[in-house]
Amino acid sequence: MTPFSFAQTTADEIAKYRAMLADDNPAELYEAAGEELWKKPSGPKKSTLERCNLGLGPGVLNGAAAQLPRYFSDTKKVQDLESRLMTCMYVLQGVPEKEIVNAPMQEGLKKDMDAIVAYVVAQSKGMPIHVSTKHPKEMEAYDLGKKAFFYRAGPMDFACATCHSADDKRIRLQDLPNLTTPAGAAAGWGTWPAYRVSSGQFWTMAMRLTDCYRQQRFPFPIYGSEVLTALSMYMAVNANGGTMETPGLKR
Amino acid sequence: MGDPMRIRAAENNGVVDVKILMKHDMESGQRKDASGKLIPAWFITMVNVKAQGKDVFNAEFGSAVSKDPFLNFKYKGSKGDKLLVSWIDLRGDKRTDEATVS
Amino acid sequence: MKNKVTHSLAPLLFFYSLIFSQCAYAQGKPDTQFQKMIANSFRTEGIANIDRIAQDETQRFCSNPQASHDAQYQKRVEEIQQLNMANIPAPKDGRYIGDWQKGEVIAQSGRGSTWTDNQQTVNGGGCYNCHQIDQKEIAYGNLGPSLWNYGKLRGYSQEIVIYTWKKIFNPKAFNACSAMPRFGHFKLLTQEQLQDLMALLLDPRSPVNQ
Repeated sequence: MTPFSFAQTTADEIAKYRAMLADDNPAELYEAAGEELWKKPSGPKKSTLERCNLGLGPGVLNGAAAQLPRYFSDTKKVQDLESRLMTCMYVLQGVPEKEIVNAPMQEGLKKDMDAIVAYVVAQSKGMPIHVSTKHPKEMEAYDLGKKAFFYRAGPMDFACATCHSADDKRIRLQDLPNLTTPAGAAAGWGTWPAYRVSSGQFWTMAMRLTDCYRQQRFPFPIYGSEVLTALSMYMAVNANGGTMETPGLKR
Repeated sequence: MGDPMRIRAAENNGVVDVKILMKHDMESGQRKDASGKLIPAWFITMVNVKAQGKDVFNAEFGSAVSKDPFLNFKYKGSKGDKLLVSWIDLRGDKRTDEATVS
Repeated sequence: MKNKVTHSLAPLLFFYSLIFSQCAYAQGKPDTQFQKMIANSFRTEGIANIDRIAQDETQRFCSNPQASHDAQYQKRVEEIQQLNMANIPAPKDGRYIGDWQKGEVIAQSGRGSTWTDNQQTVNGGGCYNCHQIDQKEIAYGNLGPSLWNYGKLRGYSQEIVIYTWKKIFNPKAFNACSAMPRFGHFKLLTQEQLQDLMALLLDPRSPVNQ
């Protein structure tokens, strides 16, 4: 058995294991916690998030994540899900963005954010990815994201493209989606945020991108920063037509 | 009060298949943190499931059960059974959730 | 670990100037908006310093997927390769081949240089991330070619030895936009570690050459 076919069999077995667990994705625990937080009066303004507008109207969650990132006329910028949720938490609840940005990963306000993200993306599960570039700022975000995707830097000269711009590549035994193509982008963008079985952690898209940058030996991407939104835009637009399978389940 | 559980229970031919997802860090007490210090043990010790007020499942969990435990078992029961799932952990923290068999 | 948002003007100005001074080499016009986004979106964490986002000439040239459409492309490729070739010192003790057993350990380890590492972390080469090397190891990546039987297939001539040394030290000397890191050039690995990796590939007794 050649190492390549062995890797394929391993991939099949992992796929079977996932199918077995798919009925009960531990991400559902985060969804439940997120739903509670969505409806709980919090922050200095003691308000819920139920009027948060994610692009389809105040409080409309059905399908909202599937059309993010997008341009918002109130903030006059393109925002991804986590950026937009920070806006809502500030405007509706009075929680300063800085407090969320500065919270340690997966703790405190970030832990709340992870749960809310799980809840929101679950309301788009099974829906087609449908991100617009009609607004000039949306097209601009896409172009900036593409540039960022190919931006080589750090002591190892790594860009996102180093691992994610060709078909049938893997790092060790981990398959790498080709994020420059519709199918690859859908495989990547459509399955994160996800619950990672190996670490028992729920990872939002920001966490996934942050850990990519860590492995690329880059400095730390600031939470909610423009580069994370731009990269999200690049992947999401490439993934258009694919399916949201969020929250996903990963090794 | 611990974090909410996800409970699903479906009856088929007089047998109810119960699936429970519990949210818990389940620290074994053997892991070390980044500075080399032992992370104190903190795990669910007892799990109890009642259907229509009667015990149908009892378990003693220990340090070998991993994070966010998933439990699956069957018992003889009916649609509409009211299930009550409870756990208690090493620190005395508890959680109880209800579900109805579909 | 607390996350700190450290935004102060001085480092930003420094990086704008670093990035813009290199733009004199670029074929196209400098993309101010993009450079601003990059400068504003990252911060230092642990040993991963903010200055890592400043590109050198090689990185800048290799960040443009459309570059190959430029008429000057092939000329620039050769310039970049020569630039990288120009500074590859030979091992100080004149020894090219170290210990293959240590080499295997270095090839297996993907540690080092990230913000969760520290100054004491011993860097690995991460070689199995991209390459098959010893056939016994089935958990290997395919971003790079297989190195199984490296020496057995190529022979052990001085020419091959020196080529391999330079290739690991600075792969961009041979392939301007190679995906492979410049292990010697950026001091990711010590000279001794490089010698041990050489042994893994070019010691006739190494398992790679059986």
